[in-house]
Amino acid sequence: MNFPVLGIITFTPFVAALIILMIPAQRKNEARAVALASAVFALVLSAWVYFSYDQAAGGYQFLEQYNWLPALGITLFFGVDGMSTPLVLLTGVVMFTGVLISWGDDNPHVNAGIQDRPREFFAFLFLLAGGVFGVFVSLDLFMLFFFYEIAVFPMYLLIAIWGWVKTREYAAMKLTLYLFLGSVISLVGGLAMVWVQYNNTGTLSFNMLVMETAGFSQTFQNIWFLPVFLGFATLGGIWPFHNWSPDGHVAAPTAVSMFHAGVLMKLGAFAALRVGIMLLPQGAETWKWLIMGFAGVAVVYGAYIAFVQMDFKYMVGFSSVSHMGLVVLGFSTLNREGLLGAGLQMFSHGVMTALFFAVVGMIYDRAHTRQIPELGGMAKAMPFAAMGFIIGGLVSMGMPLFSGFVAEFPIFMGVWREQWLVAVVSSISIVITAAYIMRNIRQVFFADMPSSLEGHITDVTVLDKIAISTLCLFMVLIGIFPNFMVPMIETGVDNVLRLLGGS
Amino acid sequence: MYTSTMFASILPEISILVLAMLILVVEPFWKKEKRRNVGWLTAGGLVIAMIVSIAFGQPDEPTATLGGMIRFDWLGFFFKMLFMFAGAATALLFMDNEKIGHRGEAYLMLLASLLGMNLMAASADLIMLYLAIETTSIPLYILSGFLLGDDKSTEAGFKYLLFGALTSTFMLYGFSLVFGFAGTSNIYQLADLFKSGALPLVTIMGTLALILVGLGFKVSFVPFHFWAPDVYEGAPTAVSGFLSTASKAAGFAVLVRLFFVAFPDYGSSWTFALAIIAAVTMTVGNLLTLPQTNIKRLLAYSSVAHAGYTLIGVVALTQLGAASVIFYLAAYIVTNLLAFGIAIAFSRITGLDDIRDYAGLSRRSPMLGLMMLAAFLSLAGMPPFAGFVAKVVVFAAGVQAGYTWLVVVGIINSVIGAYYYLNVLKYVYLYRLPNEDEEAHPIPLTRPYAIALVVLAIGVILIGTVFAPWFNWSDAGAMNLF
Repeated sequence: MNFPVLGIITFTPFVAALIILMIPAQRKNEARAVALASAVFALVLSAWVYFSYDQAAGGYQFLEQYNWLPALGITLFFGVDGMSTPLVLLTGVVMFTGVLISWGDDNPHVNAGIQDRPREFFAFLFLLAGGVFGVFVSLDLFMLFFFYEIAVFPMYLLIAIWGWVKTREYAAMKLTLYLFLGSVISLVGGLAMVWVQYNNTGTLSFNMLVMETAGFSQTFQNIWFLPVFLGFATLGGIWPFHNWSPDGHVAAPTAVSMFHAGVLMKLGAFAALRVGIMLLPQGAETWKWLIMGFAGVAVVYGAYIAFVQMDFKYMVGFSSVSHMGLVVLGFSTLNREGLLGAGLQMFSHGVMTALFFAVVGMIYDRAHTRQIPELGGMAKAMPFAAMGFIIGGLVSMGMPLFSGFVAEFPIFMGVWREQWLVAVVSSISIVITAAYIMRNIRQVFFADMPSSLEGHITDVTVLDKIAISTLCLFMVLIGIFPNFMVPMIETGVDNVLRLLGGS
Repeated sequence: MYTSTMFASILPEISILVLAMLILVVEPFWKKEKRRNVGWLTAGGLVIAMIVSIAFGQPDEPTATLGGMIRFDWLGFFFKMLFMFAGAATALLFMDNEKIGHRGEAYLMLLASLLGMNLMAASADLIMLYLAIETTSIPLYILSGFLLGDDKSTEAGFKYLLFGALTSTFMLYGFSLVFGFAGTSNIYQLADLFKSGALPLVTIMGTLALILVGLGFKVSFVPFHFWAPDVYEGAPTAVSGFLSTASKAAGFAVLVRLFFVAFPDYGSSWTFALAIIAAVTMTVGNLLTLPQTNIKRLLAYSSVAHAGYTLIGVVALTQLGAASVIFYLAAYIVTNLLAFGIAIAFSRITGLDDIRDYAGLSRRSPMLGLMMLAAFLSLAGMPPFAGFVAKVVVFAAGVQAGYTWLVVVGIINSVIGAYYYLNVLKYVYLYRLPNEDEEAHPIPLTRPYAIALVVLAIGVILIGTVFAPWFNWSDAGAMNLF
C-alpha cells in the first residue's frame, strides 16, 4: 500500500482540532500556532498531491480503501480525480490563509481577527476543514454524506458565536437548516440508489465506482436526479435555494466567510456533480434544461442584486451567487467546454472570493462600517489590501490574463453549443459585474476618505499581506499560465464524460 | 434436568439479584454519610456482572430454556448488556443527589427494574412477559415519586402509576384473548399457529391493537405519550434519564420480538397502521418540543420524536429494519443518558432546569459545553456522533422496504429537530450570564459524574465513528428474529 496521503490530509484537521482543544483557554497564541502549523502541513500535502497527480494516466488516483462496515458495504474509500485535485489544493490554500487572517492584531485600535476564545474557534474551523477535505476525496457515498454533514454543522457555531452581532443568530440558523434539509433530501436519493443497485446487481455497496456501473433505469434517474442534484446544489447557492447564502456570508466572521464562499459552496457544486450527474447521467440529460434555467437566472439575478447592494459584504455575497451560478451553468451543459470551465471556475472563484472576503473583513475591522458610501480612500491607508481587491475584481470581471477569463470563456462556449440564447442572456452578468466592481473600487479605495475615518485606518499586518499574496498568486498564475490547471481539469472532465457517453 | 445453558441464559439476572441482595445486606451497616458509596457498589457490581455475563453467558444457537419461558439468543443478550450499561451509568448519576443517592433503596429499585427489563428482552412467553413488564414498571413508579415532599415528583409518580396500570390492563386483556383463542401463551408456538391460518384475521388484529396500547405506553408513542413530559419533569432527573432510555428500549425489545416473530405474516395489515403511528409520533413529538423552555421537558418531548424514528425500523419488517432499531436504541441510550447527565450535573450546582439558565455554560465549564455539543448534535443526527449513523441506518431500512414517504416525513422532522437542538447550543455557546463574569461561577464535576459523563461522551463518538462492531452486534441480534 502506498503512502496514505489523502487519509492524512483528511484527518490532519480533526487531530489538530483535538490538540487545540486540549490547550488551556488562556494560551491563545499556542492555539493559533498549532492551527497554523497544521494548516501549513495540510497545504504542503495537498500541493504534493496536486503536483504528483499523474495527468497522463487520469482517472482516480491515490486510492486508499479500508473496510468500515462490511455488513452494509460501507468502506472508507479515498481517491481523487482531475476534478477534485484542484479543490483539495483550494481547501489547503483557504485553510492556510484563513488561519492567517484570524490570527488577530494586538493593536487596540483594530479589533481584527479572533480575540474571543480562539481555541474553540480554530477547533470548530478545523472540524469544518476536515469535513471539506473528506467530501472532496471520498469515493464512498456514505462517507461522502458523513463528511458533508460534518462540514455543515460547525458553520452554525462559527457564525452564531463569532459572527456579526446584528444578524448572526438568524443567519446561522437559516443557513444550517437550509443545508441540512438539502443534504438529507440528497441522502434519501442516495439510499434509494443503493437499494436499486442492490436489487439490480445483488451487491450491497456504497462505493461510487461500483454504483457508476449499476445501470439505473431511465425512470429511476428521472425521478431521483432532481432531488439529489438540487439537494446538494443548495449548498452551491443555486437559485432559488440561494437565500441562505448572502445572509450567511455577511453574518460570518472573516475566515468563516472565506471558507464558506471559497470552499463550502464548491462542496455543494462538487457533490452535485459527483453524485447527481456522475451517478445519474441520464437523469441529468433529462433535466439539464431546468438546471440551465435555474443557473442562468442565478447568474444574472445574482449580479443585479449585487449591483444594488450598499453593504460591501452583501455585495460580495451576492456576487458569489452569481459566480457559483456560472459553475452550475457549466455543469448543465454536460459538454467538454462547459465542464472544463466549471472546474476552473470552482478554483478561480474559490481563491477570488476568499480574497474579497478577506479584504472586506480587513476594512470592516478598521472602519467599523461596511456601507459603501461611508467608505473611501482605502488605497492610501492600506495599499496592499487595495491591490489585492483590484486583482480580485479583475478576476471577477473575467479580464484576460486573470483566472476568471480562463474559467468563464469555456463556460460560455459550452453554453452556446447547447443553447445560444442562455449564453447571450447570462453574458449580461459580465457587464453588470464590471459595473459594480469598478464602482466599488472607485468609491472604497480611491474616493476621498471621509473625515470620520481619518487617522483610524492602519495598514494591514504582515500575516494579512502573506494571505493576500498567496491568494493573488494563484489568480495571476492561472491567468497567465492556464496550463497550470487546464490539463488537470481536462482529465477530470474525461472522467465525467466517460459516464455521459461520448459528446 | 438443570443444564448449564439454563444457568447461562439467566446469568445476568442472577448477577443482578446477587448484587441487589448484597446491597440489602451491606447498606444498613454503613454510616449514613457513607451510604452514597452504595452507588459505587451498584455501578461497579453491574460492570462486573456485564463482564461475567460476556465471559460465561454468551448465547450461540437460539434456544428456549426454563420450560420455554426464556429465549436465550443474541437479541436478548445485546439488549441486556445495553440495559445494564444504562443502569451502571444511572447509578453513578444518582450518587451526588442527596435525596436519592444517599439512600440505599433507590439503588435497590434501580436493580429491581433492571431485572425486569432483562427478562422483558428475553421472554418468550406472554405470561413471563407480563410479569417482566410489571417487575420493570413498579420500581420505576416508586423511583419517579421518590422525592418525598416535592409535589411535582409525587405527581409524576402517581401519574406514571395510573397511566401504567391502565395501559397494562389493556395489554393483559389482549394477552388473555390470545391465550383464549390459541390455547398457548408461548410466542414461538403462537407464531406457528398464526402461520397455519387457523385464526381469523379480525381476532388477531384486535388483540394486536390491545397489546400495542400497553407497549405504546412503554415506548411513549402518540397517542400514549401524555405521561412522558410530566413524569420526566417531576421525577428526579437521573430517573427521567433512565426512563427515557433503558425503559423505552425495553419496550422496543418486546415490540420487536413480538411483532417480528409472532405477527410477520400479517405484516401488510399492521405495518401500514404502524407507519402512520410512526409519522404522527415524530411530527407531534417534534412540534410539541418546539415551545419547550425546560430542558427536561424538551428532552421528554424529543424522546417521543425519537420513538417515532425508531418505529421506522419496525415498520420495515426486514432484518436490516430490526438491526437498525437495535442500533438506533444503542446510540440513543448513550446519547440521551449523556444529555440527562449534563442536566443533572448542571442543576446540582445551579439548581436550575430552564434552557435559558444554560447561558454561558461553555465559559463556565468548557468541558461540559463540549459534551453538551456532542450530546445535542448526536440527538440532532449530525456526524461524527452516534445519532447520525443511527438515523442513516433507520432511513436506509425504510427506503429498502419501500416506505420512502415515511422516510421523507422522518427527514423533515429531523430538520425540525435540528432547530431546537441547535437552539439549546445557542444558549450554551453564545449567550452570557447577565452582568456576571462566568469564570467566577464554574461548574465543578464530582468524581462519579465525571466518570459517567466522560464514558458516555466517548461512547457517543465511538458509536458514531467506529460503527462496525455495534452494527454487527445489532445485526446478530436481528438475525435471531428470522
